[in-house]
Amino acid sequence: MNYRQATWERETESGEAVNEPLLSEKRTETVTHDDVDLPDELVRDELTLPEPAEPEVASHYTRLSQMTYSVEHGPYPLGSCTMKYNPKFIEDVAALEEGAIHPDRPDEDAQGTLAVLHGLQEYLAEIGGMATATLQPPAGAAGEFTGLLVARAYHRSNGEDDERREVIVPASAHGTNFASAAMCGYDVVELPSDEDGRVPVDALEEAVGDSTAALMLTNPNTLGLFERDIEEIAEIVHDAGGLLYYDGANLNALLGRARPGDMGFDIMHYNVHKTFASPHGGGGPGAGPIGVVEELTDFLPDPHVRETDDGSFEFYEPAESIGKVHGFHGNWLVLLKTYAYISRLGDGGLKDTSAMAVLNANYLAERIDLDIPYGPFHHEFVASAGDVDAAEFAKGMLDEGVHPPTTKWPEIVDEALMTEPTEALSKEQLDVLAAAFTAASEKTKEELAEAPTTTAAARIDQTTAARNPRLSWQDVGGDDE
Amino acid sequence: MQRIQHDGTGGSHEADESSPFAPQTPQEVESMLSAIGADSVEELFDVPEAVAFDGEFDIEAKSEFEVVTEIEDLLGRNADRTEFLGRGHYDHYVPSVVDYLSLRSEFLTSYTQYQPETSQGFLQALFEFQSMIVELTGLDVANCSMYDAATALGEAAALAARVRDTSGSRVLVPETIRSERRSVLENYADGAELTVETYPLVDGNTDFDALSDRIGEDVVMVYAESPTARGTIEERLSDVATLADEHEAAFCLGSDPVALALLEEPAAVGADIVIGDASVLGLSASHGMGLGLFAVKEGYLRQVPGRLVGTSETADGRRAYTLTLQTREQHIRKERATSNICTNQAWVALRTAIHVASLGATGLSSLAEECVTRAAETAARLDEIDGVSAPADDRHHFREFVARTERPAAEVASELADRGFLVHEVGEYEIQVCVTETNSGEVDDLVAAVEEVLA
Repeated sequence: MNYRQATWERETESGEAVNEPLLSEKRTETVTHDDVDLPDELVRDELTLPEPAEPEVASHYTRLSQMTYSVEHGPYPLGSCTMKYNPKFIEDVAALEEGAIHPDRPDEDAQGTLAVLHGLQEYLAEIGGMATATLQPPAGAAGEFTGLLVARAYHRSNGEDDERREVIVPASAHGTNFASAAMCGYDVVELPSDEDGRVPVDALEEAVGDSTAALMLTNPNTLGLFERDIEEIAEIVHDAGGLLYYDGANLNALLGRARPGDMGFDIMHYNVHKTFASPHGGGGPGAGPIGVVEELTDFLPDPHVRETDDGSFEFYEPAESIGKVHGFHGNWLVLLKTYAYISRLGDGGLKDTSAMAVLNANYLAERIDLDIPYGPFHHEFVASAGDVDAAEFAKGMLDEGVHPPTTKWPEIVDEALMTEPTEALSKEQLDVLAAAFTAASEKTKEELAEAPTTTAAARIDQTTAARNPRLSWQDVGGDDE
Repeated sequence: MQRIQHDGTGGSHEADESSPFAPQTPQEVESMLSAIGADSVEELFDVPEAVAFDGEFDIEAKSEFEVVTEIEDLLGRNADRTEFLGRGHYDHYVPSVVDYLSLRSEFLTSYTQYQPETSQGFLQALFEFQSMIVELTGLDVANCSMYDAATALGEAAALAARVRDTSGSRVLVPETIRSERRSVLENYADGAELTVETYPLVDGNTDFDALSDRIGEDVVMVYAESPTARGTIEERLSDVATLADEHEAAFCLGSDPVALALLEEPAAVGADIVIGDASVLGLSASHGMGLGLFAVKEGYLRQVPGRLVGTSETADGRRAYTLTLQTREQHIRKERATSNICTNQAWVALRTAIHVASLGATGLSSLAEECVTRAAETAARLDEIDGVSAPADDRHHFREFVARTERPAAEVASELADRGFLVHEVGEYEIQVCVTETNSGEVDDLVAAVEEVLA
């Protein structure tokens, strides 16, 4: 298999070679508002925007789509991002007109929407071993932010907010953990990994204390390793009066095998767009519900959904709510798709998802002839490109018709290639991916430097893009250099 | 532990115990296990016994048909009423071409463009989205990364605090701001050690004297909206901008891309930041799902949260697009990042861009003009009814307006609902009505219903 991406070549009027002209380079129109019943000083002088006809719009975006690699082209093994196949029926469900309602409807006019939200709250609580889940955060990182706001509100209610100013985060954690803690005003204490790639219990004991608000942990961690000492870790954090936060980025590896609530976690977020279903759409939308233990339910965002005595559903404000983290009710379409996906799979399908994801990762790792320093791992592993630059290695993989893994991260592995095949790849696809690793590792430095050659664009100079930022078509063309 | 029975039959007609979206056949599972040297899949899980879960979720697997039917039935419980609802979230008709193009799996099932060489199409689409927002706002930089207007406002306040040379602790917002939007802002402000205070409006317009009294050297940002949550078009934005500037406070303006097609450019009135919800084009009502609009003047470039797409060149000299200035981002700067945004609303930005492209400059401008005309005409018709005074604010309006009613608004709203119409109840004797092309065909019926209710 050697996938070659479609390329569309043209020259613009200024003679610049481009893949596909910008809409603004095709046709624009400048309009003025002469007839509108508003005072002149409230109205803009003119507006210039593209003016393509619908056939031109269709061609333009079809060409752009052909220059975009997707899950359905082939393997997309980004570590921790869980790029899996998304069933088609969830798009039909999301398109149902009855779900396209205004968020300000009174509860009695939105009983169907509330029933889905309530059902999903229950599903997620069950899957996570939590008391309930709020659906409002619009992304995983927004879930982290929300979870830490809940932690802060909890400490505040105990009169301890002023002293508990630190959040402990392992070095291997996602960068979002650090940023989310900082956005809540916390000081971040970074915890190194031990030689097995896990959280060192002795270092944790030293780090926790009266100033600890929470420990944020991914389990399995970003190396794909299960934190086996989790019970001890939970005890240490709880004994110090801190809360244990679960980053759900890798929940796909544990569905039905272990639950964060049972492990002692107090707060968790679910990346429902990774673990369950919602296509990533070029980077989002996702949704990042958070689950909490009973003791924290009063602090959840406003509103939460509950069932009343007569079997209807209503929004209500939890007693000590942190308030809101989204202007309305979060990313409804993503939540609806998640509900549909979980309903389709049920217990058995959810457990099978993790089983096949873990099998695929272990099989792929077995087929790759690179150093994989830690183990045993779950649904992802980190191989090392050795003395080859991992970013260069990735460009070499592009030419084999696959998307490369996450590169150069986590930093605890030299030239890291963080790989997550997911359950959605067949054995045949895994073999294709393994062959791509092999082919890339056999390329010379010079060959890698010339890659990729099968993509719509040859190697792109990213340094110039940062040094001389041109961020809109107003900056393109002409003599701006 | 129980040996998993994976039967890769696909199971599209009947539910079974395995995932229909995992393609391995039992024979392949055997051969893969044998390659690994394991006897069973369970052997691969490294979960200590003490924390292993061997219970059931009690979630019954269903067939695709059963799931679709169940959800159709559930959503069918939403009442079939005509919405005249707005207040920051609007239902505009989304052309079919938006669905057909954005649902192409290349767009729908790709991820963040970490390998730009194989992601040129999506990158160009996002670059074009940024460009459209730059054109509409007149500001220099727009990102393509925010969740919705409320979170964008929170990020704006945090940015304003970061860019200020001297420290400050207060953010000023209009008293008419939606309480939900203010609540989100307060959560962002809390971590940035800022407090949020309001300033009053007079007759739907900024009370400039009151704002002058409240502003001080410790204010980092003044926020205004146009159109406001009451649908009024602000008339003193330039004065507000000047006042903010005199106090070294950033001036942040809330708007949306349809309004910006008609109203004076934010840059021309002195806005430093524009926030809003851009999904007003591209997404329809969607129970409040959004796309944060976020644009700033050039000086704030390196403080912009979220993702930015820029142009560069390929090795063979062709123009190309890439994510850029990533050193601001969380995966590099960790706790010093400009925000924690990672997963964002990129696909909604794509839909918004396709919607704008399909309208064109002419279509978008006409849509904006209709938003003024429809609000004015509908208000005038309600005003003719005894017991109603509309619009309550003596201003120009965009899409929506507040109407004063002689009967309590709660009763009016409830009785209108009985007749099939939903309006906001915004004060003891005030309802709010929003009209776009999606409900304008039912304005006659609404007017008749209001007549009955107030008779």
